[in-house]
Amino acid sequence: MPSEVMTRLDPKSHAAAKGMSDLSIRNLFIVPTIVFLIVFNIFPLLYSLGYSFTDFRASTNAPANFVGLQNYRELLNDPFIWKNFSITAKYVLISVTGQVIVGFGLAMLLNRSIPAKGLITTLLLLPMMLSMAVVGLFWKLLYDPNFGIINYFLGLGKFEWLADPDMALYAIAIVDIWMWAPFVMLLSLAGLSAVPKHLYEAAEIDRAGSFYTFFRITLPLVAPILMIAIIFRTMEAFKTFDLAYVLSSQPNTELIAIRLYKMAFQEWQTGMSSAFAYIVLIMVVAITNIYVKYLNKVKAR
Amino acid sequence: MKKTMNGMLAGVALGALTAPAAWAEDLVIFWAEWDPANYLQELANEYEEETGISVTVETTPWADFQTKAFTEFNARGSAYDMIVGDSQWLGAASEGGHYVDLTEFFDANNLGEVMAPATVKYYAEYPGNSGTYWAVPAEGDAVGWSYRKDWFEDPAEMTAFKEKYGYDLAPPATWAQLTDIAEFFHRPDENRYGIAIYTDNSYDAMVMGVENAIFSYGADLGNFETYEVDGYVNSPKAVAALENYKKLYGYTPPGWAKTFFVENNQAITEGLVAMSMNYFAFFPALLNEATNPHAANTGFFANPAGPDGDQFAALGGQGISVVKYSENQEESMKFLEWFIKDETQKRWAELGGYTASAAVLESEEFRKATPYNEAFYQTMFKVKDFWAVPEFAELLTSANQRLYPFIIGDQGSAQETLDALAADWKETFKKYGRGQ
Repeated sequence: MPSEVMTRLDPKSHAAAKGMSDLSIRNLFIVPTIVFLIVFNIFPLLYSLGYSFTDFRASTNAPANFVGLQNYRELLNDPFIWKNFSITAKYVLISVTGQVIVGFGLAMLLNRSIPAKGLITTLLLLPMMLSMAVVGLFWKLLYDPNFGIINYFLGLGKFEWLADPDMALYAIAIVDIWMWAPFVMLLSLAGLSAVPKHLYEAAEIDRAGSFYTFFRITLPLVAPILMIAIIFRTMEAFKTFDLAYVLSSQPNTELIAIRLYKMAFQEWQTGMSSAFAYIVLIMVVAITNIYVKYLNKVKAR
Repeated sequence: MKKTMNGMLAGVALGALTAPAAWAEDLVIFWAEWDPANYLQELANEYEEETGISVTVETTPWADFQTKAFTEFNARGSAYDMIVGDSQWLGAASEGGHYVDLTEFFDANNLGEVMAPATVKYYAEYPGNSGTYWAVPAEGDAVGWSYRKDWFEDPAEMTAFKEKYGYDLAPPATWAQLTDIAEFFHRPDENRYGIAIYTDNSYDAMVMGVENAIFSYGADLGNFETYEVDGYVNSPKAVAALENYKKLYGYTPPGWAKTFFVENNQAITEGLVAMSMNYFAFFPALLNEATNPHAANTGFFANPAGPDGDQFAALGGQGISVVKYSENQEESMKFLEWFIKDETQKRWAELGGYTASAAVLESEEFRKATPYNEAFYQTMFKVKDFWAVPEFAELLTSANQRLYPFIIGDQGSAQETLDALAADWKETFKKYGRGQ
């Protein structure tokens, strides 16, 4: 019985005085959550799976016709969709790699006794506390070739960060790195401070170089927590919508989330976009699974 | 805990019960957030004074307008009684059963003749030539141009221009002249640029810009009755038009890759460009000293003619439709009856609205009222529009996907771009069983 493993209710407590049992308290907390999850997550998920096999359009009164796998076939044969996927993959790779390098680097710098460490850490965390849309809007101003301060400080003249088709995706990734590297830094810092000091002392006694110490002690011990940061950031980067949508409308920056939004809410191809959302879901689940497998392997070591 | 829950539930229930009741008396018109919506609110306030029925004009930013309106339609919501919908929505909204059929109202009031023919054709009728009407033309609009009079009238510039191109510097009459002038004034070293055009590839911004070139070059997007596109949108004339548009992109200010009406007005107010494309609806702001330091030096001209003398402009503007799910349809019809009266239309124009009423448009009074009204009057009799079929948004997506990489990304040729677009459109029409 599950109730047996639970901690017994204190007979003197307020709840017990009202005649509530452990079980009813458990239900009180869990049932609303489960109902919420079913109504707002599971039900739409299954319902849209049904739609993904139809030609349903929410903007018309026409009944939905069953079309089998046609939506999936059309999507997977559409070169523009493949382009959206490769753009997204490129974006995830640049942005997550950048965040890990910058975030971990910052964590290494902060993982020593320096004056005003708390203040510096707090200031570094500010970007990730801002709203994505706001960040997008002010970076658009910073990048502006006519009056933006980035070109002014870097002396780049009229360099077109967002209008240059080859540069735009990198420009968006830079903003994402600026915003989310602190998140990686925070987790890495937690990992770094958990590395036992005696290992470093032992390494020093053995006259191990700093390079060797980093790759043999620091990195392996921080790896599990770094992997968690990478999983979170990959999933988030894969779903990026607001930042890219606000900053640029280049075809070279049309991430899958943007294409999906346009298909669902501008073109009202409800059936087709449900199928698209499922393809994206399967991909995210698959990628996350690979990471989780790797994470378990790292932990086992 | 229980008490709080009950309290919360009661609060929610109370809110749900009272919210619609409080608004039952009012009429709500939904439109995009821009100056004309404010003018309409002023007009509606006068209606309230006369009848005691208040009318609220609710607005949302342009970028969300289509999404928000159709989300409400799809949910069969009664939040809006009337909607000032885009011309392209007619197919989707009428076939979707979201608009009330206004044919009877149209015929009874002889609106086919009261309103300018182009506005009836593009803002009200669907399918084309069917005699079925879904909206009352409200805000006439089309693309025109603003320019810097002081730059054009500078004697030194005029001499230099004549020397280089062999004709006088004046507001362009043809697309060739437009391109010459853009090239002439394009001086990045002086922080001066030739021209501002639409390049935003979300929704219809850039497509409307390219349409100005395509239509004036004498080409069409396709046959609106048979849905044939091959040989229309990729005809030699359309190819030449697209090449010209791309050439113009070369004379735009730096970073001009996601621009629509806001940026194009800014190009003038910031003193960046010689000429700027924009909808007439945004021109009042350019004459306002408070918003445009160059107001006194800003002039206007209609979209120039193409090489064969064809002259058309891309249509903007909207008609008012009654929403099928409104609980105040009868009151809404009364409002429309008031709205179409000659004196209301005249007042609408005075407030800043672009009336579609033929009589008001043709009056000397209207044409002389502002520096751009004459250009507007000329334009409204030679406008063309995008497809109004229910799947117009898919057609726009293909157009954006094909045109943008060519114009901004410098990929492929104009012919390849338009051939690919024709193939995409053909595929879409085939999917929905149109023509073929």
